[in-house]
Amino acid sequence: MSRKELISEIGLRLDGRRAHELRRIRCKLGVFTQPDGSAYLEQGLTKVLAAVYGPHQVRGNRTKAQHDSAIVNCQFSMAVFSTTDRKKRPRGDRKSTEMSIHLRQALLAAIKVELYPWSQIDVYVEVLHADGGVYPACVNAATLALIDAGIPLKEYVCACTASLANNDVPMVDISHQEEIIGGPTLTVAALPMSGKVVLMEMSQRFHLDHLPKVLDKALQGCKDIKTILDEAVRRHVEDVGSSSGWGNTSEKART
Amino acid sequence: MLTTKSFIKKNKIGNVLKNIREHYLRNDIFCGFDICERCSPANSYLSSTHVNNCSLFLYNHYIILDTNVILDQMDILDENVIGNVIILHTVLQEVKNRSLPMYKRLRSVIENPSRHFYVFANDHHKDCYLPQEETELINDYNDRCIRKACLWYMEHIREARFVFITDDNANRQRALSENIISVSVKDYVTHLDKAQFLEDKLAKHDFHVKVDAEGLFPPHCSTFQIHNGIKESRLYQATYHASRDNYLEGFAMVDGFEDSILLQGRSGQNRAVDGDIVAIELLNQNEWVAPSEMILEDESIADTSLEDALKKEDELKTVTHKKKGDVKPTGRVVGIIRRKWRQYCGILQQDGSDTSVYQLFVPADKKIPKIRIETRQAAALRSQKIIVAIDSWPCHSRYPNGHFVRALGKIGDQSTENEVVLLEHDVPHNQFSEEVLSCLPKLPWIITDEDVEARVDLRHIDICSVDPPGCTDIDDALHCRPIDDGNLEVGVHIADVSHFIRPGTAIDLEAAKRATTVYLVNKRIDMVPELLSSNLCSLRGGEERFAFSCIWIMDKKANILHTRFHKSIIKSKKAMTYEEAQITIDDKNRNDSIALSLRNLNMLAKILKRRRLENGALVLASPEVKIQMDSETMDPIDVEVKKLFETNSMVEEFMLLANISVAEKILASFPDCAMLRRHPEPPSTNFEPLIKAGKHLGFDIRIDTGKNLAVSLDAAVRDDNPYFNTMLRILATRCMLQAIYFPSGMYQKNEFFHYGLAVPLYTHFTSPIRRYADIIVHRLLAVSIGADATYPDLLDKRKSNHLCQNLNYRNRMAQYAGRASIAFNTHLFFRGKIQDEEGYVLYIRKNAIQILIPKYGLECTLYLAQKGEKSAFFEYNEEDQNQSCGNIVLHAFDPVTVRLSLDSNNIQHEKFTLQLVSPYIEGFSVPPLNKPSRKQKLEDTGSKSPPEAKRKKKSRKH
Repeated sequence: MSRKELISEIGLRLDGRRAHELRRIRCKLGVFTQPDGSAYLEQGLTKVLAAVYGPHQVRGNRTKAQHDSAIVNCQFSMAVFSTTDRKKRPRGDRKSTEMSIHLRQALLAAIKVELYPWSQIDVYVEVLHADGGVYPACVNAATLALIDAGIPLKEYVCACTASLANNDVPMVDISHQEEIIGGPTLTVAALPMSGKVVLMEMSQRFHLDHLPKVLDKALQGCKDIKTILDEAVRRHVEDVGSSSGWGNTSEKART
Repeated sequence: MLTTKSFIKKNKIGNVLKNIREHYLRNDIFCGFDICERCSPANSYLSSTHVNNCSLFLYNHYIILDTNVILDQMDILDENVIGNVIILHTVLQEVKNRSLPMYKRLRSVIENPSRHFYVFANDHHKDCYLPQEETELINDYNDRCIRKACLWYMEHIREARFVFITDDNANRQRALSENIISVSVKDYVTHLDKAQFLEDKLAKHDFHVKVDAEGLFPPHCSTFQIHNGIKESRLYQATYHASRDNYLEGFAMVDGFEDSILLQGRSGQNRAVDGDIVAIELLNQNEWVAPSEMILEDESIADTSLEDALKKEDELKTVTHKKKGDVKPTGRVVGIIRRKWRQYCGILQQDGSDTSVYQLFVPADKKIPKIRIETRQAAALRSQKIIVAIDSWPCHSRYPNGHFVRALGKIGDQSTENEVVLLEHDVPHNQFSEEVLSCLPKLPWIITDEDVEARVDLRHIDICSVDPPGCTDIDDALHCRPIDDGNLEVGVHIADVSHFIRPGTAIDLEAAKRATTVYLVNKRIDMVPELLSSNLCSLRGGEERFAFSCIWIMDKKANILHTRFHKSIIKSKKAMTYEEAQITIDDKNRNDSIALSLRNLNMLAKILKRRRLENGALVLASPEVKIQMDSETMDPIDVEVKKLFETNSMVEEFMLLANISVAEKILASFPDCAMLRRHPEPPSTNFEPLIKAGKHLGFDIRIDTGKNLAVSLDAAVRDDNPYFNTMLRILATRCMLQAIYFPSGMYQKNEFFHYGLAVPLYTHFTSPIRRYADIIVHRLLAVSIGADATYPDLLDKRKSNHLCQNLNYRNRMAQYAGRASIAFNTHLFFRGKIQDEEGYVLYIRKNAIQILIPKYGLECTLYLAQKGEKSAFFEYNEEDQNQSCGNIVLHAFDPVTVRLSLDSNNIQHEKFTLQLVSPYIEGFSVPPLNKPSRKQKLEDTGSKSPPEAKRKKKSRKH
């Protein structure tokens, strides 16, 4: 396959991770005050900002509004400085449009849209630095922003990539370096608690025999990410809650 | 568990870009010692019982190696002496970047548990990682990392002692100043206990330095200069090919030049060794010269006699400067981009003195220069074939410096020479490992009901096989029977090897590596173990075997009406030789089913052949011989050209037909990854010698299409010289390119063409016992008819391509090895014999004539003049390509009689010496020998034809 081995004989990847290890994930909810919900997420060097507006009245073309559900509007954009080559257009090119559609598909699966008829939810995602796994980072950040906005979700929606090193070993969370050297990348967006796959995409082909183990790896990655996100959400709630005295007005009243 | 360290890298892809990568540092990387309490036990081969005995140190110690030691002294590490070695990941990566072959050898040592090597991933260890400083060079940085790791180990395990071995003086000094115990390899090895033999294997890089010596060679440019030069198109990158005939000439092919670039003389070649990738500078056009067409060999004995070399070079210059006719682009090597040095077989220079430690080594391959080695066992090695590796070639040294690796055996022994042939051609020939043998089916092997269920039962059909006598690996059988509507059912049944060799098993990997069975004169190196090749897969007469059948329904005019493929069980009625089959066909009294089907097959084959030739398939020729061996002594007792029967061609036709049918089928099923075989049309320049040769005798050889070539070759017949046409075909064969395997996804459809056979699609299906390509084709075909399941690698285009490259390489090498073996045995046969033989002139050279002796398939050189001198008798006419003496003119294709004897002066390259007998030229020729030819003698002494040893099986070359 490729000349460079993605995973060395001692079981370390090029950046020192093992096959099953995610990159470091750091995230924060509520980074902006203007939108209804926002989040910042770092997955390795990939850095993403997400902002959620809504649910609000359908703006612009009113005829789009639906009587039984909210419409979800996603916009994906990449900062011009996010890649090594300076990008010409931050949004609106073919790739960004495709990303927007995929993002919408994944989020639609988790948002309880039926609760908000005649309304609209806007999700804006901006990639600040792309270092592989852009789509998963966007999905994960959008999930956090939706939670921050207080929009009811069925459960977390998480995404993760997986690939096949040396055409044999499945590995999770592919970095940019690994993407360009090597084999096919499988991107999976899933509802990790119920184990439902909501989006699956492959960059190249590999033999069908490999699919189960690579998919397994990706789903395991989604579950791991969910744990991390969950922890971040709890911490955030704790922070917000404790600073406001858990919204406990009765105690104030008593004193 | 994860810590992040990002670092910045600048990359140049047209413009400067900033790359940032993560670098995770870990705390779960362990030292590999079982006595260590702080680390979890790692999977490590380090052993507390192994003792490194070096008299420099009075205690047992562990060894940490520097990169330069591994790159230069791998031969020492290969020996099972030094153990308990810690290889740092930094070092491993550096080795991998610098030299992939070394890396592979190192890996095999590391993976051997008895060697006690351990890889420590220091660059990801939280305590051993160092950030690279901004102005620091990568080498200095690596050295610093290595020293850091040494210090860490010393700190981490206080009970053990560590020795850091490096050949880099600066690094060693710095290590010593940091209190790391450090020595050079030379010091270490010379003080090793019971390991004096290792000393010979030390690579020499700096010995014999004559400071005052005038640089014999111009110095090489630095990497930077080469890089810039290539960028500015001043220099060209190319692979250097040394000339086989003239050690002072070499060639290199550069893109954009029609001709290869000539590199002549010492400064032109500038220490390039055959196969190296070099940087070339083109000379000014007025300095261009023509290739000398001389045959020159390096005959000097001592490396000091420089004058001799200089003289030869001058001589070469005067020759080449004189003729301005067809000058070639000439250049000189200014730098080496990558060395492709390997280990070379050969012998010590025979007339050197035994007392000197410096010896000259003469490689068996004439394209490789002599190598200077240092050894204390010269006297013992003088009679041996040995292996030597090159270490360096400084510019003041006439020869490269090298070191002794191992001895193979006595010069001239059959077994030694076989070993040499195999090694020189990189043929894997060790015994099959236990793991491979464990994949074999258990005996007694029985056909189960499931097998019968999955296969078509053809045991009732009269199938027979036709092969050369003595053949044990029978992989094809045939049948032909009339069916109701007046048509014929023809079946080709191929041994079902893929039933026994399952993908991914050890036996499969081994077969893929070997790629082909190699036939030497008295030895066969099997691709699969003998149980399969000569028993379970071999379609022997009277035994039930599994086969993959290709069945056609044909009409009497050999048109295919219907084709089908299926796996089957067959029972061959008889395994026949070509001769037997021929007799069966010719014997009018025999009318049994086998005779009838053979006759039908023969009839169809003739039609098929005629049709194929009409389509423009080429009939080529190469002088192939068969060597009769004495069954006991294994000495060759006769050499003869192979006999061909009509039945040879019959079997061949049906194999071709099967291959073509299968190729169509698998391509239809797998447009992307079908393994096919293509034979590219040779570029028209290849045909120049053929056209020239034809023109001299008034024949117009047209080469615009394969068909025209075939027609014009057929037309070129001379009544006075019956062998003329064959010789022309031999020349035509040499113009051809090699046919190669490829996965169909790698080429355009119009490139699939097989030029020699003139078919649009071709593959190999019919010899799975001896070719791995056929096994793959079997698997593909099995999948496409639903008889077997696919597996990942089969459908991976790039992996298939990789596999094809190996198959092509091994096939080529197997072919060369076979030829080399025949050449050696022919020499053995002629030892001490002198006889007169008829021959034909093949080429005319400036100082020699090349003569083909059809009886033995030999091609030898008749020198017309002593080297470098002008012939006293012959006048060379370059225009007409002839040599004349008085009124006797020798052209290409002229018949001559020559006296043949073997010159054993050079015991490594025994060669035939020819003397002209007829036409008789006073003073030059020798009178004919008047003794009976050897053949008659043999018949006198008894006509018992001796049995052959394992004989080369087939000669189908498509």
